[in-house]
Amino acid sequence: MKHLLSTQDLSRSNAIRILDTAEEMAAVGDREVKKLPALRGRTVVNLFFEDSTRTRISFEAAAKRLSADVINFAAKGSSVSKGESLKDTAQTLSAMGADAVVIRHWASGAPHRLAATDWIDAGVINAGDGTHEHPTQALLDAFTMRRHWSRLAGTGSEGADLSGMRVAIAGDVLHSRVARSNVWLLRTLGADVTLVAPPTLLPIGVEKWPCKVSYNLDETLEGGVDAVMMLRVQGERMNASFFPTTREYSRRWGFDDTRLRSLDKLGMKDTIIMHPGPMNRGLEISAAAADSPRSTVLDQVRNGVSVRMAALYLLLSGDTREPAATPALAYAGTHSTKETN
Amino acid sequence: MTSVTSAPVPARVVLSQADIDRALTRIAHEILEANKGSQDLVLLGIPRRGYPLAVRLAEKIAAADNTVDAAAIVGQLDVTMFRDDLSHQGTRPPYPTKLPRTGIDNKVVVLIDDVLYSGRTIRAALDALIDLGRPRIVRLAVLIDRGHRELPIRADHVGKNLPTSSAEKVRVRLEETDTPAGGTPVNEVVIEGGS
Repeated sequence: MKHLLSTQDLSRSNAIRILDTAEEMAAVGDREVKKLPALRGRTVVNLFFEDSTRTRISFEAAAKRLSADVINFAAKGSSVSKGESLKDTAQTLSAMGADAVVIRHWASGAPHRLAATDWIDAGVINAGDGTHEHPTQALLDAFTMRRHWSRLAGTGSEGADLSGMRVAIAGDVLHSRVARSNVWLLRTLGADVTLVAPPTLLPIGVEKWPCKVSYNLDETLEGGVDAVMMLRVQGERMNASFFPTTREYSRRWGFDDTRLRSLDKLGMKDTIIMHPGPMNRGLEISAAAADSPRSTVLDQVRNGVSVRMAALYLLLSGDTREPAATPALAYAGTHSTKETN
Repeated sequence: MTSVTSAPVPARVVLSQADIDRALTRIAHEILEANKGSQDLVLLGIPRRGYPLAVRLAEKIAAADNTVDAAAIVGQLDVTMFRDDLSHQGTRPPYPTKLPRTGIDNKVVVLIDDVLYSGRTIRAALDALIDLGRPRIVRLAVLIDRGHRELPIRADHVGKNLPTSSAEKVRVRLEETDTPAGGTPVNEVVIEGGS
């Protein structure tokens, strides 16, 4: 694994490997010294062409816990506002010796472009591109769900998947890279996903996605769910009239106090409420729901650091030397067994 | 030693199941003797095969000293993230680190591994240990010491000293970690001749 661009091409075994590694990374947070030397001397660049709080801070915390050097780059206040292209920015970073680039870009596909070209020879992690994918968010959501799901089953989460878990993802699916990444990943891990949204906020071709689609949140809740993920109404991308008023949206597709009570009435005491943040309280999620014991919003943020540590570690800790023909092979051969202590 | 170029040299068993068991019994008593009892003792196995060895040693210590609860003194210490060769080989997924409930502060920690070779795993283990707490004493017990040290590290308790050439491979197989699915459990140490 050199890049983490999408959850669509992430195999089940690789996904579980990332989640298992994240489980070990999470344990570091409970230690006296909350730092590991694994990525000492490596440079991670946070390349953010779009605003972000938790993703950027989360990646920064993750890289620092692994002892990597972090360079933060925000498009605002940089040469990008003077018109520098992605290629030139990438080549500049490459010349400075970046080992990994964490990129968020408003254009869907920008991280793929970076990974596919020879502009920069570094691992690329997609931290959200346009309305396309946000794989680490999906991984941290899956991590949060897996912990919950295996606690209910009374087993350890190591090596487990999400078989049989019913997940509803509700809200602005059209603009949501979180929803896309989650649909692919949760399907790979064996969960049943239902997207709930007004028809205007569903993308064309959604019927081909590996999930069910519903226009009615109440019906979906009554059908039984184990996790409800509310998506943010993305005000900055609302360039057309997707719904009449925010009050109507909130009443029909928001997770309000009535729906919170209905979970209790329906006897779903173990259903969790998730939100990728930032929340529009009172719009897609009510304050009571966001602060209820069912809410995993803060767990998701905490788990985000562990999952991003796992992704950075797995991407960056491989063999970095120039591929030498025979000696490297012999070296790898002897090290594949435990006897070279 | 003559070097053979054609046919692969067959594996030679150097420790049988009974040999491993006797060596562990002796090490268990040596640990108790060096510590003058079971006071403050914590056994930390290094994954993968150090951990089952630590469990076996703890059981033997508990059998010799009935005040000891074997499960309460055993732990596992993962050293993956502390290795100095992380950027020189394929990615290793980390194993869990599990400490006994009492922690390791002011304890006598005995690190346990299967084979002591370059000493680099133990160097990593010492670094990992320091990040977890401050033991009073750290000792090292290994089943096999095969020489070829690259660092100034030695074991306090050794099951068997095994002079080897660095072309040879020492393989420890334990029933806890190396039983193939549906296969028969095996406990042995073999040397596979230089390739």
